[in-house]
Amino acid sequence: MVTALAAPMHHSERVAAAWQALGHVPDPEIPMLSVLDLGLVRAVEIDAHGVLQLHFSPTYCGCPATETIMRAMRQALEAAGLGPMQLSLKLSPAWTTDWITPQGRRRLAEAGIAPPGPARPFDGTAPIRLVRRPAAAPACPHCRGTDTTVLSPFGSTACKAYHRCLVCGEPFESFKPL
Amino acid sequence: MSTPGRPEGEGTPVHATVQQAPLRPGTAPALQYVLRLGDTCLIHAQRLAEWCGRAPVLEEDIALANIALDLLGQARVLLSHAAVLDGQGHDEDALAFWRDEHDFRNLTLVELPRGDFADAVVRNLLLSTWLKAIWAGLKASADATLAGLAHKAIKEAAYHQRHAADWAVRLGRGTAESAARLAAALQRAWPYTAEMFTADAVDDAAQQAGLGPRGCDLLPAWLDEIAAVIDDAGTAMPVLGAFRSTGRLGRHSEHLGRLLCEMQHLPRSHPGAVW
Repeated sequence: MVTALAAPMHHSERVAAAWQALGHVPDPEIPMLSVLDLGLVRAVEIDAHGVLQLHFSPTYCGCPATETIMRAMRQALEAAGLGPMQLSLKLSPAWTTDWITPQGRRRLAEAGIAPPGPARPFDGTAPIRLVRRPAAAPACPHCRGTDTTVLSPFGSTACKAYHRCLVCGEPFESFKPL
Repeated sequence: MSTPGRPEGEGTPVHATVQQAPLRPGTAPALQYVLRLGDTCLIHAQRLAEWCGRAPVLEEDIALANIALDLLGQARVLLSHAAVLDGQGHDEDALAFWRDEHDFRNLTLVELPRGDFADAVVRNLLLSTWLKAIWAGLKASADATLAGLAHKAIKEAAYHQRHAADWAVRLGRGTAESAARLAAALQRAWPYTAEMFTADAVDDAAQQAGLGPRGCDLLPAWLDEIAAVIDDAGTAMPVLGAFRSTGRLGRHSEHLGRLLCEMQHLPRSHPGAVW
């Protein structure tokens, strides 16, 4: 018996539906942000064999959330019925915090995490600059004060550092520019 | 560990076949070159992880664990790639857990006992400065996996270097006790730095094939950066003697065996275990 098939989606519809589904996949460690807010998905395309190809760029080499994120993205795409797919890790070009979207930055600030400043291009030849010497200090996400100090350059996840606001006295996390 | 360096990094079985006996990788220079770097990152991460719960302040506990995690991530990509180059159907886990001591190719420096906090600071400073130079060279590698990793890892190494340099200066300019500890830790580590810059056939082959830089070409820049920090810390540069360590040739100190006993215990006792 022949079952009526749903009209096949055009490639552009399939890609658009994939982006939409990915917009609901949260980062497991910063769940107020989606993987798209963080700029982790570099490309979604349909290859010559009709396979949906997704290229994903991890934040840090050792980020323990990477595999959880890939599993969650696959589940979201499968739930949306988007057909055969392949997810690939892409290390180059390296992920940078400059890829965090304006919406992502706003959501970070709303969650009390200072969004990252612009990442300086890194060519490996810059002289060693000690952390104690003031870099561009992030503004306090609580009172917007700009007089802040580093408590620890390493935080609860690989992508964050700890600061303290010298205006309101509150400690806060910041997203490290990378 | 599972499969980060290959397509479809999730959802694949941890092992296609369960490894049950020690394995020996091949001797091709390109494979040896990648194993040297991967093992140095892995063993350095394993030693650094021992600081978890032992660092002098909570922030440092977190910092050292974070640095170890970055290094472990780099090691995973490198060992996955080594497994591909080796072509025996192994994976990163098999290489990490089923090689014996003489088949590890890490620098001897990273396997030395963790020592005191000054030892951790000095080791991190010497190694992150060296790794930063290695990654800078690897950005132009003819091997796309190494070049891709290098673009990411160099940023991580630079961050680790800044942190270690910051602590070296704080210890050097702190109390008489902290300055003496820093100087003593430098003296202990220094003899092992020669191994980073000793020329040999594996390095020569890597350079000729466009795979990556030779250690011996990185010495002047490394020395400049280290000297700047040591000078800032108010400590004297140690003098290199005749001793040469040989970890990257597979001839290790007595300390690696015990480190591996701990690191490999669980997968060897329970082959195929997942958690």
